[in-house]
Amino acid sequence: MILIRGGRILDPASGTDAAQDLLLDGPRIARTGPALSAPDAEILDATGLIVAPGFIDLHCHLREPGQEISETIETGTRAAARGGFTAVCCMPNTQPVNDNASVTRSIVERAAAAASVRVWPIGAVSVGSKGEALAEIAAMQDAGIVAVSDDGKPVATAKLMRQTMDYCRSLGLAVIDHCEDPSLAAGGVMREGPRSVRLGLKGIPAESESICVGRDVEIAALTGAHLHIAHLSSRVSLAHVRAAKKQGLAVTCEVTPHHFTLIDEDVIYDTRYKMNPPLASREDREALLAGLADGTVDAIGTDHAPHHPASKDVEFDRAPFGITGFETALALALSELVHTKKIPLMRLIELFTTGPAKVLGIERKIAAGETADLTIFSTNHKWTFRAKDSASKSQNTPFDNREFQGAPMATIVNGKLVWRRETATSA
Amino acid sequence: MTSAVPIPQKPVPQHLRHLLGIEPLTAEQIILILDQAKPFQEFQRHPLKKLATLRGKTVALAFFEPSTRTRISFATSAARLGADVMNLQAESSSLKKGESLIDTVWTLEAMKPDGIVIRHAASGAADFIARRVDIPVLNAGDGTHEHPTQALLDALTIRDRKGRLDALNVTILGDILHSRVARSNIHLLSKFGARITLCGPAMWVPRELECLAPNIQREPRIEKALAESDVVIVLRVQSERIHEPPISLDDYILRYQLTTERLRLAKPDAIVLHPGPMIRGLEIDPAVADGPQSCILEQVTNGLAIRMALLFQLVSGASPDAPHPAKENLA
Repeated sequence: MILIRGGRILDPASGTDAAQDLLLDGPRIARTGPALSAPDAEILDATGLIVAPGFIDLHCHLREPGQEISETIETGTRAAARGGFTAVCCMPNTQPVNDNASVTRSIVERAAAAASVRVWPIGAVSVGSKGEALAEIAAMQDAGIVAVSDDGKPVATAKLMRQTMDYCRSLGLAVIDHCEDPSLAAGGVMREGPRSVRLGLKGIPAESESICVGRDVEIAALTGAHLHIAHLSSRVSLAHVRAAKKQGLAVTCEVTPHHFTLIDEDVIYDTRYKMNPPLASREDREALLAGLADGTVDAIGTDHAPHHPASKDVEFDRAPFGITGFETALALALSELVHTKKIPLMRLIELFTTGPAKVLGIERKIAAGETADLTIFSTNHKWTFRAKDSASKSQNTPFDNREFQGAPMATIVNGKLVWRRETATSA
Repeated sequence: MTSAVPIPQKPVPQHLRHLLGIEPLTAEQIILILDQAKPFQEFQRHPLKKLATLRGKTVALAFFEPSTRTRISFATSAARLGADVMNLQAESSSLKKGESLIDTVWTLEAMKPDGIVIRHAASGAADFIARRVDIPVLNAGDGTHEHPTQALLDALTIRDRKGRLDALNVTILGDILHSRVARSNIHLLSKFGARITLCGPAMWVPRELECLAPNIQREPRIEKALAESDVVIVLRVQSERIHEPPISLDDYILRYQLTTERLRLAKPDAIVLHPGPMIRGLEIDPAVADGPQSCILEQVTNGLAIRMALLFQLVSGASPDAPHPAKENLA
């Protein structure tokens, strides 16, 4: 038994914002209430801290199987736990691609053996994510996938997207799309704009994303399926999602911490600023902040994309896209969204908990009888993120050495304390 | 070790650590380079073209992209300063064996050169290397980013011919978007108050170029772009490389070739520059290339003076107010 004492419970599902204790018994929450006592319980002092439902990351790359030089399920989920995540959805662009039940099962089994947090695999839409034949989605669903995506690439054609949405509607799975028009994006390494022209780097126009979002929203209307837009980055894409929601379509989207923090003008010849979608314009970032505030954005997803230094420490043109993100996500959200008064704290928690849960068709709340997946964090703990101390195998992040106010402090999965921040007072 | 150093009356301009681009330079730094190039210009006419300034120093030339004139110009400049040259050419390098850029450069560095000149197809390659080595890096062209020595030799040529660098009307013709020469020229001439007109097919002249510096305008019609021009810079049409999108060469000649007739629309004393290699009859009419307004061969000679000045600044370790080497005894 664990007694979480002295914390402030913030639960978007019930709207609870109260100083309450939480008693965990095995994998479940036994009781909530003021000043609980349990003589046998291990005490977790949460004085001055926020106790929230367990954070879910809808979008990450754990690189296993196939690219274990960059990350493994073990190291990736350890980093996730340090970021306060209790469950992470891993994209299927592994080697081999997670496009069949045996790959799904191997991920699930590996996670059972080595993961610090829950690993919920996302299956490929098409065989090999090649954009041709539909993958065995139902079989993967039985093996444990929670959604489908050809992430890294868009669902190749409107026809395939229509088939996928029709099929996934019947299966009750969300279709997650990495929206990009490959013909417009080809060869591009950063967002097209004054900065790309100045640096002489080939640009990807914003329309590369929004044209694909527009296509997908129309097909969502046609099929009635649940469409989720991954790592949405442009103002026009967001307008498509907002309009779709207004029409009552099942369209959701996520935004990454780097897209609400940085812009294309921040890009330098440093491959830690190279990701896809690329850092967007100042106006796009403003639009994303508005969308995060007004509810158009459903979730914050990290798009944690570890790359081994040997692959990333090259010329900008040659480097792979992507940055790591688990350990800085909450701190960035607190600094950029809450401390700046763009959104209230409860809304931030929603973006990490009930928001992503809804995309997956599950619930997330703090109540007696519920599974004890909890994220405990501080809104004022001062710390400096150092990539070299990260639990991830990779260090490709532009937020290295960034100073933060606010941090994950402890992560509880299935009633077990899987990580706790070492601090001067709690050592 | 130095003890009490007297405070100079006016601040001595600092020598550069690297030359990665024109954009970060100040007008004063540019003037210093041009002024230091002047004696080297005269020096090219000397019968014995060898100085001892960089004797015992080694300059590594790392050309990861095919280049003839820039490489020869740097090699000759280094030789005339008395330096030894290490030559790496992409075709013969281990890059083909899969070695990464930084490993190749570190290998060169381990042979202890005193400076490295780099040409590479990726924008930012010189910056990437400068952050990872301890020796001065000279950018001899990085992707579609900058080609600073070209802009400096162009500036020297312009200053010689026009008697000034300030407040010129400059027209640049061609694929501006994919031209490192254009970017460096825009940055340089803008620092001296130039009014710059960019002219070419719209796909090669996007509006974002106007953000590079103040006082830049785009004009798709060559006739209008040339009006009132003091300096016309003709960019090469790279038939071997892809302009995006490629347009028909016949179309290009029809609309954008600098002909004698079109050049008449510029000021009567306008000068014409071309970074080379030029294709006669494509981007430039042979009559213009060989005409009195053309500075094309002067540019090549001035390239030596500029590169000698830069190698002297970056590699010699001499202070900027030291006596100029070309005015000292020849080796």
